[in-house]
Amino acid sequence: MFNGIDAQRLLALFGCGCLLLNFPLLGLWDVNTTVWGVPLFPAALFALWALLILALAWLMERRGQGPQDD
Amino acid sequence: MLQPALVIGASFAYLLLLFAVASFGDWRAAQGRSIIANPWTYALSLAVYCTAWTYFGSVGRAASGGVWFLPIYLGPTLAMMLGWQVMRKVIRIAKTYRITSIADFIGSRYGKSPLLAGLVTLIAVIGIVPYIALQLKAVSAGYALLTTSPGTGAAVSVHWSQDSTFYMALALAGFTMVFGARHLDSTERHEGMVAAIAFESVIKLVAFLAVGLFVVYGLFDGLADLFAKALAVPALANLLRLDQGGGFAWTQWFAMTLLSMFSVIFLPRQFQVMVVENVREVHLRRAVWVFPLYLLAINLFVLPIALGGLLYFGPGQMNADNFVLSLPLAAGQHALALLVFIGGLSAATGMVIVETIAVSTMVCNELVVPLLLRTAHFRPDAGHDLTRLLLGIRRLAILGVLVLGYGYFHLAGEAYALVSIGLISFAAVAQFAPAVLGGLYWKGATRRGALAGLLAGFLMWSYTLMLPSLSKSGWLDESFLTQGLWGLAWLRPEQLFGLKGLDNLTHSLFWSLLVNAGAYLGLSLWRAPSGLEASQALLFVDVFERTSSRSPVFWRGSAKVPDLLRLCERFLGADKAQALFDGYARQAGVRVASAIVADAHLVQFVETQLAGAVGSASARVLVASSVEEETLTPEDVLRILDETSQLRAHSLELEEKTASLERATNELRTANEQLMSLDRLKDDFMSSVTHELRTPLTSIRALAELMRDEPDMELAQRSQFMTIIVSETERLSRLVNQVLDMAKIESGHAEWHAEMVDMCALVQQAVVTTAEMFRERQIVVALDLPQQAPVLLADPDRLMQVMLNLLSNAAKFVPVPGGRVGVSLRRDDSGVTVAVQDNGPGVTAGQQALIFERFRQGGDTSNRPQGTGLGLPISRHIVEHFGGRLWLESDPPNGAVFLFFLPITPA
Repeated sequence: MFNGIDAQRLLALFGCGCLLLNFPLLGLWDVNTTVWGVPLFPAALFALWALLILALAWLMERRGQGPQDD
Repeated sequence: MLQPALVIGASFAYLLLLFAVASFGDWRAAQGRSIIANPWTYALSLAVYCTAWTYFGSVGRAASGGVWFLPIYLGPTLAMMLGWQVMRKVIRIAKTYRITSIADFIGSRYGKSPLLAGLVTLIAVIGIVPYIALQLKAVSAGYALLTTSPGTGAAVSVHWSQDSTFYMALALAGFTMVFGARHLDSTERHEGMVAAIAFESVIKLVAFLAVGLFVVYGLFDGLADLFAKALAVPALANLLRLDQGGGFAWTQWFAMTLLSMFSVIFLPRQFQVMVVENVREVHLRRAVWVFPLYLLAINLFVLPIALGGLLYFGPGQMNADNFVLSLPLAAGQHALALLVFIGGLSAATGMVIVETIAVSTMVCNELVVPLLLRTAHFRPDAGHDLTRLLLGIRRLAILGVLVLGYGYFHLAGEAYALVSIGLISFAAVAQFAPAVLGGLYWKGATRRGALAGLLAGFLMWSYTLMLPSLSKSGWLDESFLTQGLWGLAWLRPEQLFGLKGLDNLTHSLFWSLLVNAGAYLGLSLWRAPSGLEASQALLFVDVFERTSSRSPVFWRGSAKVPDLLRLCERFLGADKAQALFDGYARQAGVRVASAIVADAHLVQFVETQLAGAVGSASARVLVASSVEEETLTPEDVLRILDETSQLRAHSLELEEKTASLERATNELRTANEQLMSLDRLKDDFMSSVTHELRTPLTSIRALAELMRDEPDMELAQRSQFMTIIVSETERLSRLVNQVLDMAKIESGHAEWHAEMVDMCALVQQAVVTTAEMFRERQIVVALDLPQQAPVLLADPDRLMQVMLNLLSNAAKFVPVPGGRVGVSLRRDDSGVTVAVQDNGPGVTAGQQALIFERFRQGGDTSNRPQGTGLGLPISRHIVEHFGGRLWLESDPPNGAVFLFFLPITPA
């Protein structure tokens, strides 16, 4: 089902995403402070989201190294 | 406010533009230059996920719950991380077996079951109606907001025949028909529609970002200012925190993420754009991250707009769902408000078009056609073209879905916020998850299990989510909500069996997925799959292991080509059917369609083509009724699979044998060519030798005859002739010796006497031997030898032969007078290099290779010096015998250098 190192990396990324965006890790960001005027919690949520997308893009777009076309 | 005529005019102009884009897309597709065949368009078309719900509802949700609008977009991001693995498999299956909808997919997977496909269609239609209603509601509310002056009371309910929303629904239906049901396509692909959807995705994103920037930088002084003002109000500051005063509902957060993960795959419109409209599998690679990026971008300003609206109007003054419109309106930015409305219209129409096209295909293929096939008039053997009828059914289905959507909007729309309506639909399509995901990876799943699971899940969804929503709208007695069915408290739909502590969505999702998955697993394990189920399971689960040419065909029986052709003509049109059969004939290697062998492959081909037009379940029924076939048992399926793999092994073996035969043939051909060229060389050699022998012979004979015929020849004359004869004879014997030498060396019969040779002494001796010859021609010889003499193991006589040859060659070519010849010897770690340099005319590049061939001499044919033309070839053979090499460096007209290298340890 998930053969090959890249497929396993995607699976791991999925696991990371699930953990980061759920109980209890997400709760760690709920602190009463701001970064550059933006409250930390929404800022962190968007930043995590962007990071996950970045990692996904990196995994998919590496030249010639992407998941195999089997 | 804006003039209604302006808003309606702009909307129609926009729809016309959309239509132009779609027509352009279709036109380019017809020309074979698709504009959607790239990953960016594909990713943008996936953004049809963002509907009016996103566009208007997210802000509303954020205004009441802060970050709670987000799980609906985080779920798809997570789902896309597995997209390359899971969705690619779905796409491959759909392309291979011409699956045209999610209902077709599920039906086909579980033994091409019409019942299952019908049930999926029914769930999809019922589940999607609220969602369509949501779009109508959003656009109608937006329109009302734009065209009524602020302060006017809430819209009074009007009769449907006077409701502009009703006419909007009709207009959208007409528009969708033009987009998606103009002609019948056996792959159900709509290039123009996808182009238009991608275009709409750009418009809605641009419009939403525009209003976001306006709120943040127009109404407020940047993000920091906006958040600072919001944080100053305790009620708003709470929205920016996770636990807003109370505990955070983690289960609901998780449930909504899960729900949206399923929705992004199983919503009929998402399945349509992601799977059915996919042009190339590899586009998915980029789309899996571009699509989440799009979701992130369109959500960036949701929270700022919500807070901005709350700060600007004050809490509770305005419907937060419409902040994107009311904020620019209130600030007097009418053009921006119109743009935002068009963006919202984009979001709504995009969703409505794709969703209704997908649902109409399902309704037509999985509900209406199977029913029609049961009536006598439509039996496969009744002979008329049904393509027009199929189109008519689809158009009616489009209209039907939109009217139903309007009906829901009219009845229940006012009671709910946009987001709650959408979530009801999401929960309905989440019921497809066990059947689809299980079907992709588990071969043991059966039709019974899928049927029971879907039915149980759907009933649970209806009871715990759909009915309560109708009840809250006032269309059902509320008592069953509060006291339970028949007054039984444990049957209260939102606290079933007394389950408390969950919100109604999570509660419903939990119970429905629990009974769904439970029934699916339980019944699948109860009975083993039948033959057809097992064969479909193999084809689906192992799709990556089989290429289309080698996949097994699970069919046995007898068929006739004309029957199958007639069947295709009725459902695909006569021209198309004929073209398909001609194409098949070409592939099968026969000239005319009538010569095709009606075997299992042809039956499968016809069934796949029909599946594209009427769905796989109906196609199965149609084919089964026009051919005579046997029912397969699971054992038959295994046997066919076994045969196929044996066949595959045989064909592999055959391929290997063919390859080795080809290799042998090639080797033989090369050997033959070598022999032929050797033969030609031998002939050349023979003719050259004969020619070289004849020249001196002729002169000897001529002189001898002269002397015989003239007995009184003068003595001086006679003596001169005799000298010539002797020298010619010498030349002859030299030639014969060299030819023999050459032949001996080449055949390997030459005798070699290896001993230690002092190279310096050898070179010196060679120069001394030829000194007389050089002196005669006034040639200066320069010798350059090292102090220490290198010693080699070689045959000194042979090496002397090489040296003499090179020296006499040099002597022949230097100018007279003024000739100079240099002889040098260099040694390094690997061996000895001897160079013989002259100041003659040199050898042109063209001749450099030739002079080492036999009987080829340098110089022009006219003034060619004496020699046999065998000296250099023999020398090269000798040097090579001792593991060295002989070569020439020449840069005409600056003389030539012949060099030979001999290794110190001879090979």
